[in-house]
Amino acid sequence: MSEKQTFSGNRGLQLEEPLIFEIGSYQNCGVDLDEVPDVASRLGDCAAAGDVDLPGLSEPEAMRHFVRLSQKNHAIDAGLYPLGSCTMKHNPRLNEKMARLPGFSDIHPLQPQATVQGALELMDDLAHWLKTLTGLPAVALSPKAGAHGELCGMMAIRAAIEAKGELATRNRVLVPESAHGTNPATAALLGFKVDGIPANAEGRVDLAAFKEKLGDDVAAIMLTNPNTCGLFERDIIEIADALHDVGGYFYCDGANFNAIVGRVRPGDLGVDAMHINLHKTFSTPHGGGGPGSGPTVLSDRLAAFAPLPFVVSGDDGFSLVETMVDARLGADENPFGRMVAFHGQMGMYVRALSYMMSHGADGLRQVAEDAVLNANYILASLRDVMTAPFDNGPKAPCMHEALFDDSFLKDTGLDTLDFAKAMIDEGYHPMTMYFPLVVHGAMLIEPTETESKASLDLFIATMRDLVKGAKEGDMARFKNAPELAPRRRLDETQAARNPILRWQEREPEAQAAE
Amino acid sequence: MRYLPLTDTDRQTMLGQIGVGSVDDLFVDVPASAQREGTVDLPRHLGEMQVERQLSAMAAKNMTASSVPFFCGAGAYKHHVPATVDHIIQRSEFLTSYTPYQPEITQGTLQYLFEFQTQVSELTGMPVANASMYDGSTATAEAVLMAHRVTRKSRAVLSARLHPHYTAVVENLSEMGGFAVAQNPVGDASQVSEAEDLLALMDDDTSCVVIQNPDFFGNVSDFSALAAAVQEKGCLLIAVVPEIVSLGLLKRPGDMGADIVTGEGQSIGNGLNFGGPYVGLFAAKQKHIRQMPGRLCGETVDADGQRGFVLTLSTREQHIRRDKATSNICTNSGLCSLAFTAHMTLLGGKGLRHLAQLNHAHAVQLSQSLSAIEGVELLTPAFFNEFSLRVPKSAASVVEALAEKGVLGGVPVSRLSPEAGLEDVLVVAATEANTQEDIAAYAAALKEVLA
Repeated sequence: MSEKQTFSGNRGLQLEEPLIFEIGSYQNCGVDLDEVPDVASRLGDCAAAGDVDLPGLSEPEAMRHFVRLSQKNHAIDAGLYPLGSCTMKHNPRLNEKMARLPGFSDIHPLQPQATVQGALELMDDLAHWLKTLTGLPAVALSPKAGAHGELCGMMAIRAAIEAKGELATRNRVLVPESAHGTNPATAALLGFKVDGIPANAEGRVDLAAFKEKLGDDVAAIMLTNPNTCGLFERDIIEIADALHDVGGYFYCDGANFNAIVGRVRPGDLGVDAMHINLHKTFSTPHGGGGPGSGPTVLSDRLAAFAPLPFVVSGDDGFSLVETMVDARLGADENPFGRMVAFHGQMGMYVRALSYMMSHGADGLRQVAEDAVLNANYILASLRDVMTAPFDNGPKAPCMHEALFDDSFLKDTGLDTLDFAKAMIDEGYHPMTMYFPLVVHGAMLIEPTETESKASLDLFIATMRDLVKGAKEGDMARFKNAPELAPRRRLDETQAARNPILRWQEREPEAQAAE
Repeated sequence: MRYLPLTDTDRQTMLGQIGVGSVDDLFVDVPASAQREGTVDLPRHLGEMQVERQLSAMAAKNMTASSVPFFCGAGAYKHHVPATVDHIIQRSEFLTSYTPYQPEITQGTLQYLFEFQTQVSELTGMPVANASMYDGSTATAEAVLMAHRVTRKSRAVLSARLHPHYTAVVENLSEMGGFAVAQNPVGDASQVSEAEDLLALMDDDTSCVVIQNPDFFGNVSDFSALAAAVQEKGCLLIAVVPEIVSLGLLKRPGDMGADIVTGEGQSIGNGLNFGGPYVGLFAAKQKHIRQMPGRLCGETVDADGQRGFVLTLSTREQHIRRDKATSNICTNSGLCSLAFTAHMTLLGGKGLRHLAQLNHAHAVQLSQSLSAIEGVELLTPAFFNEFSLRVPKSAASVVEALAEKGVLGGVPVSRLSPEAGLEDVLVVAATEANTQEDIAAYAAALKEVLA
C-alpha cells in the first residue's frame, strides 16, 4: 500500500482536524449579538467573577471544523450500514423538513393548550397509528428511547403487580440469554431478580426450560421478537398463554418490530407491553447515538397505569393530562407516575408520523417484507462460505437479520474483530459483532429494506472475497486492518486504564516534544 | 414506494435464489392465528406533497413562539439558534450515523463528543462530564441513583424549588427502584432560603440533597454553605441547572461545591420542539467516574500512534454489564449534543457571557415593567432570566387571557403543581429573543387583563 507521507498530515480530501480548544480563540465569537441594555444587576450573591474559559470560532472556522469532523464518519447516506438489531435504514429528508415546520419546532411545551391543538392532534394521530399497527389499546408516547420505553413497560407491569398486592412475592423476571443488555439492566433497575432462560438448538427460547421456570413469583418475561438471532419465536403464543396462566406479564422488546410491521400485530401474540424504537422501525435518524424515541404500547391489563402525560380528546378539542390531579378526574386512569419533563420527543413524533403517512398501511407491510427478503438473500448468498449457526436452509428462513458465527474462521488465526476491521477497508461499516451472546464470535447482519439488490450483490461479493482471503491466509489484510480509514485500530485498553475524558491544556514542553 | 429500491423483478429473482416461492414463505414461523391477509386499517401511502400538505395544516393550528411576544420558560427556553448549527446537524455523516462503536470510522462523532464533554465540564466547573442523557429531568433522576451507589445509602432530599416535573421523575424512578425521597414542602414562592429545612430533612439513610439553580421560581443563590454542610454529613450535593445559558453569568456549580451537576442543555443549540428532543447534561467529580451513567468518550492513540477517541469505561454499561450496569441507558441525545457543541463553539466563553448579559438585562427590564402594574408583585429577589410574579387573580386564567391577546406570557405554577397552593403565581422568562416592543406589549396586555 502507498504510505506516502505528507507535510500537513492530511491525505488528499481526508483532513486532520484539531480540537476546538487548540484552534479557537478567547476573543473570537461566531455570533453577532445585540448591545446589552444598561440595567442594574439582579444576580445577587451568585454573579461569576469572570468569563467562561472556553474559546470560540468565527462562523467560517466553525463550519470548516465540523464539516471536516463529519468526513471522518461512516453514515447510512454514504453506504450500507448492516448493524444487526440497530436498523440503519434510509432517513427520508421529508421527515426532517416536517419536524422543522415552526408550528412543531417553535412551540413551548407549557404554552396554553388552546394554542397547541395541532401538536396535540399530531400526538393523537401518532398514537392511533401505533395502536393500530400493534393491535394494542393504549400507548405511552413519552419515553425518550428504547431502553426508556422498556423501563416504561416494566414500570407499568410493576404498577399492575403492586395494584394486585403482589409486589412482595412476584419479583422474578425471565430474560432469554440472547436478550439486549438493556433488558436485564432495566429489570434490575426496578428491583426485579433477573433469571436467564436458555436458547434451544434452533436459537429460540427453550419452551420446556421456560415452562420449568414459571411460578407464582414470575412478574414478567422480557422477550425480543423477532429475537436477536433474527428468528421469529415460533412458540410465542404458547409462551404468552403459559405466562398469563401464572399471572405474569409479557414484555416484548420491540427493537425488531421493523421485521413484522404491517404484517403481524404484537397484540395478536399475547403481548402486554412493547416499546417501539421510532429511530429503528420508523426511520427517525440515529444521529450518532440519539435522540431516539420509545413509545410503549400497552394491553388492556396495563393501559390504566400508563404514565403522565397523555393526550385525551373531548368536545373542546385535545387536552393533555399532565398531573396526578388531572388524572384523578379521569375514571379509569391510575398513572404510575412521570418519566420525563414535558411530553416526550415531539421532534421524533413528527418524523415518525411523516414516515408512516408516506408508506401507508400498504407500504409498511412492504417494508417488513423487503427487510426480511433482503436478509434472507444475504443468508442464502453467504451460507456456503460463512457459518450460520441456526441455519436450516430455505425452509427455515430468518427474519430481518442474518446471524453468522466465527466457525468459518477456525484455523485461520483470525477472529470476528479482524474480519470486521477488514470490512472497513472495503468501505463497509461492520455488522454487529459479538452479539447476541449465545453464539461464538457473532456477526449479525441487518441490511434493511432500503438497500437495492445491486448494493446487496456488491456487499455479498465483497464478503465472499474477504472469506476467501481469510481462508487463504492473507493475514495482513485482516490483522493490520483498517489501514485506509481515518484512524487505524485504537487502543481501547489505554483509554480505559488512564481515562482522559476532557481536553486539558498541556505543558508547553510536552507540546514541543510531540 | 419512493423509499423502497427493490423492483418486482428483483424480488422474484431473490426469492428464487433463496429457494422459496413467495414472500409468505419467509414468514412461516408466524403462528397461523397471527397471520394477516390484508393490510391493517390505516390509510394507504401518500406522496411527499400530500404528506407535507396534511402535516402543514396541523402545524398551522399552533401559535409559534416567534410569531408573538413570548415569555415562557420553566425548563425550556426560546433562544436564537444560528443557522450554521442546523446545517451542521443535518450533515448526512452526523445525522445518519450510529453510536460510534467502530471508532476508526466514527472519529467525527467521537471528537465532537469529547469536545462536548470538555465544554460541559468547563461550564459546570466539574472535572468530568458524560456524552449526554435524555434530558435534564432524567439526568437528575440518574444522579440520585448514582449518589445512592457512591454513598451506599438510599434516600434523597429534594429542594421545594426543584422543577415539579423533575421532582416527579426523581420520585417515580426512586419509588420504582425501591428508594426513598423526601421533599421540602413548597412554602411561599418568595421564601427563597431553605438550607435549614433541607439539612433538617436529612437522616442517616440520606445520600444526597438535590437543589436547582436558578430554581423553578427563577431565584439564583450561592449554595456553597449548603454544599459544605451536606458534605459534612457524608452526603452529596446534586445541583440542577435548568437553563444552561445562566452559566455565562453565574458562579459555576462546581466552584460552589456541587458533587454532581445535571442540567438541561436545550438552550444552547436546540429549539423548543414542544419539549423534546433535548439534551441532558451530567457532570461529576473524577473520583466518581466509575459510578457515572451513560456513555463516556475518551482520548487514546491508534496503531500508528495518532491521537483518536473511543467510547470508554463501558464496563459500567448495560451492553457489557447487563443487570449490574450503572444505568439501562443506551441511545442518548447524540445529535442534540452536537447542536450544543456547535452553538457553544460559535459563542465561545466571550459570546456566552454576552448572551447571558442580554438575557439578564431583558429579564430585569421585564420585571420592572410588569411589577410596576398595580396588583403585580415580583417574588424573586435575585434572578437570571426568569422570575415569579404574584398576580391578583388566577395565574392560569391570566395566561389564557394573555394568549387570546396574542401574548404567551409565561407558565402558571398551578399547571405543574396544582396542589402547591400557588394559583396566583406566574413564572416568566425573558431571553435575547425578546425585543423592547415585546416587553412593552406584554406590560400593556397584562394591564388590560388585570384591569
